[in-house]
Amino acid sequence: MAQRFWIPMLIGAACWAAPPPPPANYTPPRTADGQPDIQGVWNNATLTPLERPAAMASKPFLTPAEAAAYEKQALEQNNRDRRGADATSDLAGAYNQAWFDRGSKVVPSLRTSLIVDPADGKIPYSEEGQKRMAAAAEYARAHATDGPEDLALPDRCLLWATAGPPMLPGPYNSNYQIFQAPGYVAIAIEMIHEVRIIPLDKRPHLPGSVRQWLGDSRGHWEGNTLVVETSNFTDKSHFRGATANMRLTERFTRTDANTLTYEFTVEDPATFSKPWTASIPMAKSAGPIYEYACHEGNYAVPGILGGARKQEAAAK
Amino acid sequence: MIAAAAVSMLSLAALPAAAQATATRGPRTADGKPNLNGIWQVLTEANWDLQGHAAAAGPMIPLGAIGAMPPGQGVVEGEEIPYKPEALVTKKANFANRLKLDPEVKCYLPGVPRATYMPFPFQIVQTPQFILISYEYANAARTIYMKDPGPAPVDSWMGQSVGHWEGDTLVVDVTGFNDQSWFDRAGDYHSDALHVVERYTLHGADTLMYEATMEDKNVFTRPWKISMPVYRRQEKNVQLMEFKCVEFVEELMYGQYRKKPAGK
Repeated sequence: MAQRFWIPMLIGAACWAAPPPPPANYTPPRTADGQPDIQGVWNNATLTPLERPAAMASKPFLTPAEAAAYEKQALEQNNRDRRGADATSDLAGAYNQAWFDRGSKVVPSLRTSLIVDPADGKIPYSEEGQKRMAAAAEYARAHATDGPEDLALPDRCLLWATAGPPMLPGPYNSNYQIFQAPGYVAIAIEMIHEVRIIPLDKRPHLPGSVRQWLGDSRGHWEGNTLVVETSNFTDKSHFRGATANMRLTERFTRTDANTLTYEFTVEDPATFSKPWTASIPMAKSAGPIYEYACHEGNYAVPGILGGARKQEAAAK
Repeated sequence: MIAAAAVSMLSLAALPAAAQATATRGPRTADGKPNLNGIWQVLTEANWDLQGHAAAAGPMIPLGAIGAMPPGQGVVEGEEIPYKPEALVTKKANFANRLKLDPEVKCYLPGVPRATYMPFPFQIVQTPQFILISYEYANAARTIYMKDPGPAPVDSWMGQSVGHWEGDTLVVDVTGFNDQSWFDRAGDYHSDALHVVERYTLHGADTLMYEATMEDKNVFTRPWKISMPVYRRQEKNVQLMEFKCVEFVEELMYGQYRKKPAGK
């Protein structure tokens, strides 16, 4: 009897320490030129946050029952009525779940963060990184609406915060279409209409003097995994506080017909005390990807800046 | 003409059969279609004005010769774009106000066919089911569906593209446009009834013959056609780079809203 009692406990402990790895026995189809075929429209929406919430600090994985409760609570939270009591309160509060597409599930591994390394599920900021980010936040508070440069990149329609690289789940339109031709993998990103074209021919990166918002990507295949290395970032996109010297390694592996497992590792010694890695399952989607013409309909920038000038004039 | 044909035949005669096929029909994909993969760019002044035009001063005096309009022989079959009389009035007003009205000034998506002959390269990524065209200008992109998904679900700047092969020509039917894009810097424009049929045909390995026929009953009296060659960019390690021009138009579009406007 004692033995019987212990078996489920042991299984539970084993799952706790290390969830089953993705099935390694899946063999993806091949493209005509012999690349593992990762083409299609993929969506990375999930309720699982990038970093482990403080409330789950000692809980790397949920049980299935906890996951179901978490999903239910998250959906209710997203759907709650944020509007104020009167007609003059901010209309932005009227957004409910109908406006968003954050997904309705946590990741299948039931991990409580997308970050898999370090083990605490947190971005390992260095002291230097924290200081620089605090200074940037202080500047932003004092100059929030001085000019277009002081607004958030998505408000300016320059770069969607989650479109990548690296690619994270966003509040909506987390859609990506992958195309493969001999020597290239291309990723069309819905937000806010970006295309990453990744050469596979081992050519050198652009010179260090040439910087790009999306960096400069080079790819190669390691077995069935597409490995993409990206550098040459700008000092303006600052992914999670990183500097222009950030180096990114992404790994794309089709782990079953309908799942593209996406892992990325971020290195930037000026910001992080060690490299950190996240893993995000991307689900096959029927598509299509729509045109997100952001800048062409940008009322946010003139609205925010113009409103601030009106307020300043009224305060005089 | 005859001399050119004779020279071309002579040079082909010296090539082995397989190389001859490549020279005339261009490279092939694994499924036997013309291989359009590559980075391409026009060498024409069509983006200034689709119709023939002499050189002229540009709209920005401080730019001097840099901002002047280079001359172009025109790419419109039959020279003239067949505007309805009232639409021609709009086109002329567009030109007169081009600094304010040309969507290119504001870094807006270029539409089709203008994306093709912007002075920037574009890359074709060809698969049997979808053909992606990624344009360097403004991160514009379009997916050509090789299987018709049905009517365009919404109007858009780049439209919805549906392709099929007619022999060795990729024919792309583009519909679902909004009425916001222009054809060039000369104020040539269309309505949301625009329907474009493009034809892409390889001539050898490094030249793509491009044709586009425009039909728009609200603006033109009949369909009209443009054509031009597009050339393969052959620099070693050539790649599309970023031209995220939104950043470059913020002062123009939003400078008036700054806390401290420039020059004040």
